[in-house]
Order: sequence, then C-alpha cells, then structure tokens
Amino acid sequence: MDLLDILLSASFWAAAIRIASPLIFATLGELICERAGVLNLGIEGIMVAGAFAGWIAVWAGLPLWGGVAVAMLTGMMLGLVHSILSVPFGLSQHVVGIGLTLLATSLTFYTYRVVLPEVSSPPKITAFQPYEIPLLADLPLVGPALFSQTPLTYAGFILAALTALVLYRTPLGLAVRAAGENPSAVAAQGLSVTAIRMGAVIVGSGFMAVGGAFLTLSAFDSFFFDMVNGRGWICIALVVFGAWRPGKAVLGAILFAAFDALQIRLQQTGIGAVVPYQVFLMLPYFLSILALVVMSRRAEVPAALMVPFNKGER
Amino acid sequence: MRLEPIASPSAARRIMPPVLAILATVLVASLLAMVAGGNPFAVLGLILKGAFGSKFALLETLNSATPLIFTGLAIAVAFRAKLWNIGAEAQLYAGAVLTVVLGTGALGLPAYLLLPLCAVAAMLAGAMLLLGPALLKTRLGVDEVVTTLLFNFIFLLFVSYLLEGPLKDPMGMGWPKSARLLPEARLPRIVEGLRLHWGFALALIAALVIWVINTRTTLGYEMRAVGQNAQAAAFAGIPVTRVILKTALLSGGLAGLAGFSEVSGLKGSLTSDLSPGFGYTGIVVAMLALLHPLGVVLAALFVAAIFVGADSMSRAAGVPSYLADIMLASALLFMVLAILLTKFRLRRD
Repeated sequence: MDLLDILLSASFWAAAIRIASPLIFATLGELICERAGVLNLGIEGIMVAGAFAGWIAVWAGLPLWGGVAVAMLTGMMLGLVHSILSVPFGLSQHVVGIGLTLLATSLTFYTYRVVLPEVSSPPKITAFQPYEIPLLADLPLVGPALFSQTPLTYAGFILAALTALVLYRTPLGLAVRAAGENPSAVAAQGLSVTAIRMGAVIVGSGFMAVGGAFLTLSAFDSFFFDMVNGRGWICIALVVFGAWRPGKAVLGAILFAAFDALQIRLQQTGIGAVVPYQVFLMLPYFLSILALVVMSRRAEVPAALMVPFNKGER
Repeated sequence: MRLEPIASPSAARRIMPPVLAILATVLVASLLAMVAGGNPFAVLGLILKGAFGSKFALLETLNSATPLIFTGLAIAVAFRAKLWNIGAEAQLYAGAVLTVVLGTGALGLPAYLLLPLCAVAAMLAGAMLLLGPALLKTRLGVDEVVTTLLFNFIFLLFVSYLLEGPLKDPMGMGWPKSARLLPEARLPRIVEGLRLHWGFALALIAALVIWVINTRTTLGYEMRAVGQNAQAAAFAGIPVTRVILKTALLSGGLAGLAGFSEVSGLKGSLTSDLSPGFGYTGIVVAMLALLHPLGVVLAALFVAAIFVGADSMSRAAGVPSYLADIMLASALLFMVLAILLTKFRLRRD
C-alpha cells in the first residue's frame, strides 16, 4: 500500500481519532493541573486505575456512562491524595507523582486479583458502539473519520471545548491560570491558592481516569495489565507540545495518534517485512521526545509550575 | 493554609511522624489483607517468616536486595543533585546487554579480566543512556523526568528486538533469551553451596564508595550544592552543568551495575523479564533511605524482605502478592509526609 493511499483513507483517520481520544482526556487533565501550577506525575497510575474502575463497574452491572462516572470519581479520589501532599504540604511533585503512580497501579492490580482470583483471561463487557451523527457522517473522508465514532470520543472533544471556554472565558479559569503564573497575586485578591490548586488537581485527575476508562469502555472491551503502557507519560509530553493550550494539545494528540496509526499500517507493508516491528513500536516514544526537544525552545511554561505556594512567604 | 517551620523540634516531634508512617503503612496493608479475606496478623506474620524465617529465605532476601541497592544508589545520587532520573530501569538493561555481549564468548579472557571488563562496560552503558537526557536537560532545558521515562519503553523494545534477533540464543528452542554467559563471566558465590553471589558484596562496596564521594570529595559537595540551590551554586562558582553531567554518569553507571550483577551473578543469561521494575522500586528505596547511601542498603533490605515475604505469604494465605507493592508505595508517601512533619506544622490562616 502506498503512503498516500494510507493518508487519504477514511479508516486511517478514523483510527487516528480513536487512538487520540484517551490521550485527549488525559492531556486535558494534565493541562489543567499544570496550568494551576502542579505537575501531576500520578497520571500513568490514575489512567490504569480509571481503566480498571470503569470496566469493573460496567462488568458489575452499571450502564456504560455509570462506568465513566465511577472512573472519574476514582481519579478524583487519587487526585485528592496527590493534591493534599503536593499543595498544602508542598512536597516534591516528582516524588508524590511517582509514588501515586506506583500506589494506584499496585492497588488496581491487587483489586483485580481479589475480585477475579481464578480467571485466566479477563471477562468482556459490551463497550460503547460507534454512533453515526446524522448528515455529518455522510460527508466524504471527514464523515467516517470524525462523525462515526463512539459517544465517548465526542465527549472528549466537547470536554476540550469546555476546558478552553472555562480557562479563558470565566473568572474561575482566570484564577486557575493565575495560580500557576503568579500565586501571590491570587492570594492578594483574597482567593485561596490552596483551594484553587487542589481543585484543579482533583478535576484534572478525574479527566485522566476517564482517559484510562476510554481504553476499556470504548477502544477495547476488557482490562489488561499493560493496557496504559506509557500513555500517561506521552500525555505529559503532549501538554508541553501543546504549549499548555487545550486547542493545541488536542491537535497534538491527533497528530501523535495519526503517527501511531501510521506505524501500525506501515508494519503491514513492504517496509514492515524488512524493519523489525519493535522499531515501529518505538516511534511514538521517540516522537514524544522529539516534540519535547522542538517545543522546549519556545515553550510558555506556567511560571509557578512546580513551585509550592506558602502564604506569607516570598 | 500555610506551613510553619518549628524552631526547635522536640525529640517526640522528630521521632513520632516516621513511627506513625510505618504504623499507617501496616494499617493499610492489614485492611487490604482483610478485604482479600486474610487474617491481617497471619498475613504480616507470614511476610516476616517468608523473608527471614529460614536460611534459604534470608539468602533469598539478600539476593533480592542486591539489584535494589544498586538502583537505589543510582536514584539517591541523582535525586540528591535534583536530577530526576526515572530511567534506571532502562540503564539496568543497558548494563545487562553489554554484560551479555562481552560475556558470551566474544573475548577469550580469563575470569579476573573478563569480570571487571563486563562490569566497567555495564557501567558505561548505563551512564551513556542517562547522558542523553542529561544533555537535553542542560542544553535545551527538556525535563528529564519524561525523557528518562520514555527511554524505559524505548530501551525495553530494543532489548526485545535484540533477544529475537542478534542476541538470540540459537540453542534456546525459539525462546527470546540470550545465550548463557561463559563460566569466566559469572560472579562466583560468596560461600560455595549457598545461593548468595558476589554481586551483593559489590553492592555494599558501591554504597561505601558513594558515601565517601558524598562526604569526602569536592564532587560530593558540588552535587549537594546543585541539588539544594542550583542558582546559588552557580553564583558560588560551581560549574553546574558539568556537575549535573557527572551526576548522570555516576547514577547511570550504578544502574548499569545492577544489570551486570543480575545477569552475571544470578541469572546467567538475559531475558526481557530480567527486572520486575527494579528501576522504579529503586526510587522507593532511595526515598526511604532519605537519599543516604548507607541508608539505601538498609532500605533495600527492607524492601526486598517485603517482596520476598509477600511472595511466600501469597502462596500460603492466598492474598495477592501485589500487597507488597501497595505497602511500598504507601510507605513512600507516608514517609515523605512524615519527614516534612518533623520540621514543619500546618497552620490555618
């Protein structure tokens, strides 16, 4: 198959949007945390926990959207743990984040073994099915790619628009951004930096968990241990790539996902017969590093990112 | 709310928080054991018995502590200079790969030359792997947390390629594993007949060397100064960039040694499951040790005991062995909080 054929096929772009969806949720979550000044390295573990929590809730009988809600709540609880340690106590965000990833991952695996002690392969659920949006789905190329996805994908795009709206058009968004840029100014306005940052981490962590749940409730229909596989770390790179802006971050996620979809298809072509498959699997990680390197020159990092705020101190 | 330093903490203030952190960890483990249908006292007892209950168990704990001492030191050295090396997992595999490349027959050398050569090559491999992210950090300001993490995934795929391609054992019946090391490339056992290899002794020596570097050399002083305040260090004339690069070489080298020790001392060949996450567990070890090199030895023994003990507990009591990972992650979080609370208190304003 020719490269051009791949790039012009609707199924390729449909796959790209599907692969991008969990990244969009989790990247938005990380972006909200970082915009408020907190680097959340718990993202990988929170995605694992969200993937499991959403799936097990649906397996136990909840409707699919109930599973999404359970995942969201799980993520928010983990976010609460992160925010208590990293905001009022001001502990190292690196250590707290890595610790939370280890905790969330091991708690998830433990719960899996307790709930399903004897199973060799995890049970399947009925996942979200694609929903064709009337009229729009009939458009050439764009229709099948963008408007024949599952409802959870549409929710991801709506969430991105909402996040941008709240961040840039509301007093709440202004307070969140200011907490990440100049927390003293926020405190001088009589607002609580602690509350704003904790809220941002809790909500952001909820989004990350929904990103994880996308894997079990929409992309696949079951839970596997290695499912998240570094996607959380890739989302951290995507936040930098998107220059901490929701719109650019979503575009970055789609670009990244298109590349991922491309490498899967290239494996089946003549190149795939010569080049070892591991090289293709490495490409997304290299691409993330490359994105970090390119964007590092002009990245607009929130000025108070990773700087704990202690009122009355400067 | 704000943190307020305590001017002169009392003895109780300095001792109570860490003690409470340990109790909280045990409490979390007990509750989770009960959720899984186990008796918490029995479960904790079985963990202790599995780790220390027999000569075999004790030696198993010491063997399991060996790679954790190396990766714990690697993390402690890096974190002390605020170089966030989360890539010890990949650096360990880099050391293991070089050990296998040199130790399976490429060189016809006697053991007293081949072993040191493998060790040095493993250190260099680990060091080189961390040098990349360190250079990206110092030259371009790219955050090393994400790059070292992503390198873990890249390098594991590379190892998988090597084990299915160039390094695949032709006699391995198709399994993705390397050929076995020559006897000359194997670290001998400390006492004949007992399953404890010289890698453990090497790990203790490494801890001593790092302790000496930290407390008795200029580099040790500079690494600490850069970690405490890089701007102030630069102002005082310390070449910050060079110190960070040296720290990276030292940290990566230590992680590389973990790979050498595991392949040469314990396994004898390389598979893609050589490390069940020693690189990440090293972070817990280093933090529990408060980044002190001799503390790393104690913390590694503690962590290894929990892993070995939980494995045998899981077989006896049917509680999943992931309980060990939960205990360590919560111990890490409780402990960093406890250490803070020995010096600060939280006040409402």
